[in-house]
Amino acid sequence: MAKVKMSKKATSIDMTAMCDVSFLLLTFFILTATAKQPEVIPVETPASTVQVKLPDTDLAIVTIGDNGKVFFGVKAPDVRIKTLELIGEKYNVQFSEDEKKRFSLIEEFGVPVNQLKGLINLSSSDRNKQGLQIGIPHDSIDNQLTEWVRAARNANAEVNKEQLNFAIKGDAKEQYPEIKKVIDILQEQKVNKFNLVTGLRGDNF
Amino acid sequence: MAELNTGGGNEKGGKVRSKKQDSKVDLTAMVDLAFLLITFFMLTTSLSKPQSMDLAMPDKDPEKKIEDEILVSEVRTMTVLLGEDNKLKMYMGQLDKPLEAPKDVTYGKDGIRKDLLEKIKSVPLATRTTKHPNGEDLIVIIKPSKKSNYKNLVDILDEMAICKVKVYAIVDITSQEEKLLEE
Repeated sequence: MAKVKMSKKATSIDMTAMCDVSFLLLTFFILTATAKQPEVIPVETPASTVQVKLPDTDLAIVTIGDNGKVFFGVKAPDVRIKTLELIGEKYNVQFSEDEKKRFSLIEEFGVPVNQLKGLINLSSSDRNKQGLQIGIPHDSIDNQLTEWVRAARNANAEVNKEQLNFAIKGDAKEQYPEIKKVIDILQEQKVNKFNLVTGLRGDNF
Repeated sequence: MAELNTGGGNEKGGKVRSKKQDSKVDLTAMVDLAFLLITFFMLTTSLSKPQSMDLAMPDKDPEKKIEDEILVSEVRTMTVLLGEDNKLKMYMGQLDKPLEAPKDVTYGKDGIRKDLLEKIKSVPLATRTTKHPNGEDLIVIIKPSKKSNYKNLVDILDEMAICKVKVYAIVDITSQEEKLLEE
């Protein structure tokens, strides 16, 4: 019997094309990447079937999680600075230019105003330690959230000449009264339209 | 190649020829690196923006006059009570004399969605008048109790979106209804 001889093929493959494709993809991902911000407070948003995306501009996010802790953040950095200035005026705290600049890089925070200076001066990794930020006070005795909301709305009206939208990002396990408290605070200022931040789920649940 | 060797064959005095190198470079390492970086960027990007559900609440004006309140037919109203542990109760009409007694339902397509879809069809038929020949739409009143959580609220709002309920409102729960949930 004659053996069928396997023809010996070259072991090296031409990788030029593969290299091209992979670098193309790499470039795409680098350009579209917006690095994930480290979350100050872990929030698991409930899922919904709606397909509407969260707006990018003129947005403030109120995060509620960890048994009623409230965190606040404005999207646009220049609005953040203006908001801080307004809050500084309200509570008689002076912020230096450097502090304002550092604050404009903070995505979200949750401390009372008297601890704000300390928070701004921490490094970003220290800032995001669990349990450090205790939430913005929002009860009837000391309602700082109202002031933040007002300041942010005024700041956005001044900087962007637009109405500020509010998104509520609540943890799925958060009790309803805590959510209601925040909604009530917003409604006191005639903010009657909210975006509830949700995750994605299929139609068939 | 097309090169004239004019040197007369003397090796020592000739040009120093650069050695012809292999034109192929081993790209394996480069491809490895590229894919590593791709993986890194893919994992760190948040490509999908979070979804958002619009919620419009009625304006809360403390000086609102009672006369402004609109009376609606009890046939049209369905009340949904959100209780603890993902419990759900619904009834039609008013609590004192409900048109349909409160009953337990579940979330999702086998639970409340069936009731909702049925009512969306039946309510316009039942409310046909000369003024509204096509009938009027169902109104859903959502009453989350103190023990319900945020997920319940989003779930029920999502149900409204799925069933395309046109009129719905989130209303504070009464103590009577709170009691009903605890039974």
